[in-house]
Amino acid sequence: MSSPTGIAAVVLTALATVLIGMYGVRAARTTSDFYVASRTVTPWWNASAIGGEYLSAASFLGVAGLVLAYGTDMLWFPVGYTAGYLMLLVLVAAPLRRSGAYTLPDFAEARLESSAARRMASILVVTIGWLYLLPQFQAAGLTLRTVTGAPQWAGPVVVAVVVLVSVLGGGMRSITFVQAFQYWLKLTALLVPALFLLLVWVGDGRPELATPGSPVFEEPTSVEVTIDVTVDVPSQISVVADGEPLVLEPGPHEVSAGTVLDFPAGAPIPHASSLTPMTGESWALPLTAGGDHPLYATYSLIIALFFGTMGLPHVLVRFYTNPDGRAARRTTLAVLGLLGVFYVLPGLYGALGRLYTPELLLTGRTDAVVLVLPARLVDGVAGEALSMLVTAGAFAAFLSTSSGLTVSVAGVLSQDLLHGRVRNPVTGFRLGAFLALLVPIGLALTSPFLGIADVVGLAFAVAASSFCPLLLLGIWWRRLTWPGAVAGLLAGGGASTAAVVVTILGGPQSGWVGALLAQPAAWTMPLAFVVMIAVSLGTQQHLAPGVNRTMVRLHTPENLDLNRGDWDPEDRWRT
Amino acid sequence: MERVTVTGPRRRRPPARRRAVTAEIDAQTQLGEVYMRALLRAQLRLSLAVAGVVLGLLATLPLLFALAPRISAIELAGIPLPWLVLGGLIYPALVAAAWFYVRAAERVERDFGDMVNRS
Repeated sequence: MSSPTGIAAVVLTALATVLIGMYGVRAARTTSDFYVASRTVTPWWNASAIGGEYLSAASFLGVAGLVLAYGTDMLWFPVGYTAGYLMLLVLVAAPLRRSGAYTLPDFAEARLESSAARRMASILVVTIGWLYLLPQFQAAGLTLRTVTGAPQWAGPVVVAVVVLVSVLGGGMRSITFVQAFQYWLKLTALLVPALFLLLVWVGDGRPELATPGSPVFEEPTSVEVTIDVTVDVPSQISVVADGEPLVLEPGPHEVSAGTVLDFPAGAPIPHASSLTPMTGESWALPLTAGGDHPLYATYSLIIALFFGTMGLPHVLVRFYTNPDGRAARRTTLAVLGLLGVFYVLPGLYGALGRLYTPELLLTGRTDAVVLVLPARLVDGVAGEALSMLVTAGAFAAFLSTSSGLTVSVAGVLSQDLLHGRVRNPVTGFRLGAFLALLVPIGLALTSPFLGIADVVGLAFAVAASSFCPLLLLGIWWRRLTWPGAVAGLLAGGGASTAAVVVTILGGPQSGWVGALLAQPAAWTMPLAFVVMIAVSLGTQQHLAPGVNRTMVRLHTPENLDLNRGDWDPEDRWRT
Repeated sequence: MERVTVTGPRRRRPPARRRAVTAEIDAQTQLGEVYMRALLRAQLRLSLAVAGVVLGLLATLPLLFALAPRISAIELAGIPLPWLVLGGLIYPALVAAAWFYVRAAERVERDFGDMVNRS
């Protein structure tokens, strides 16, 4: 795709986001209380907004890239992202809405009546938020580089500036319309090109997606390497490099940016050293990826995704815009429908990418498959238009998820960590937003590129090992105490964070240690539950005095005239 | 600018019925606690049942693929079974489970409301 079209797609998405955001803020100002007004939003709009915020770069780009490289097992990512909402629906949705909590620290304070539990929850919200923002920024860099040729740092900076402008303009106000618009943009941006791609594939006589044996270039292929990469050459290949004939001996080779390699038909594809090559047979079959212990890795991933969703900071904030617990359930049901429709598509891109864009295995940029596939298969203006559409969709994915996370992290930073140091709450929130973006950008620019969906998977693992036990026990078990909650958050959140840090900084380890560190949820989540329950049972003198009243508040339908206590999170906006 | 009045749902409180279970719950008497525990138990049982069935079915899939590799080789309309299940069929099933849960949970709440208001 040419750069002007790519830049146009990015600019249009950013502009639409800002304009709809301004319209949303104006609509909201016609009522005295924005937060009550936003509750007149119907479940359908609200569900679109939740879907828009939830479908991140990992869903839009990362899943397709993983499927391209590793095949069947990677389909568990979208399944887990969706099933996580089912767990959220059946276990926490209505009680969480009824608690009135706006953030996870709010919930910890309301249920446990302890400021220590609140502070611990705040630290974890910031940790998970940063971990989730990091791959969003890396993906933004990849996208801008792929479609416009801009340097790697440009993407994160552009996304951060747009997010900062819209978040600072809208403040704490959650802009439902923007997020809802971005869901439908993302769905259209994947669905329409996918139909064209399928037509081309059927027109080609439905060729087999992955031929048996190691991947080879089916046709003479010219590959331009845009970022330095180390590739592992499986067997001797004669290629043409920058016009000069060259024989590549087996073993690792460094290819510098700007090199153009011409492969003859039938040449085996040298894989980037960051990828593990797979034969066509193992690609098409389950339980073949995931290193030495694929069954453990698959189960641990399932646990992280199923139970991590409920603990993501930006998911909870959106539930607050439901009028009551019943609407929260119905909204979640609609979200499940919207996610189900969307998540059929990324796997399709990955599978077709295996056939039509195998050179991504060489450059290692498999996450770009969604961006390059439409122009590869559809020629001329139609191809340009489709590329523009997927670029706009990808950009919408970074913007919506990043702004949702930034608002959540900034809110927590300003309320719980900067509070008292900065007098003016608006200044505090702005400072919080700045800090919320600064750290993950720094990480994105300095840390190695790890694969978008992988890092997001680690964020889910931390959430599943910390907030999932807190929410489940807090909602369903009266005997949870604040020392128990803090100990459990420290044990589960600490252990999973440590595993994540070792994996990110130290690179993948081998054997059982490697499997346990790369997919920690299967042992850190039970650890958090055991510690939380054991310490709670040993500290029953610290039971929250109002726990019975809180249970009435969490579980009884709002139409019953009952005393639900006087804690109200909206007090802080009434002053 | 149009002014919008925001009102909550109208509360029914027939005086004859009011002095009843709601008051017991408010006062946290033993009887009130019995009602609350019954509600919690009914909701938790429903939630665990739905979560258990869905998790159980999904969790057997990797095991099935691992123990009976022949299942993975089955193809429908040219698409291998694992791709068909994980890439498409699983989503309507998840939505159906969610729909069942929402209806059942609302029924539990209706029954609780009837019980509280009747006595």
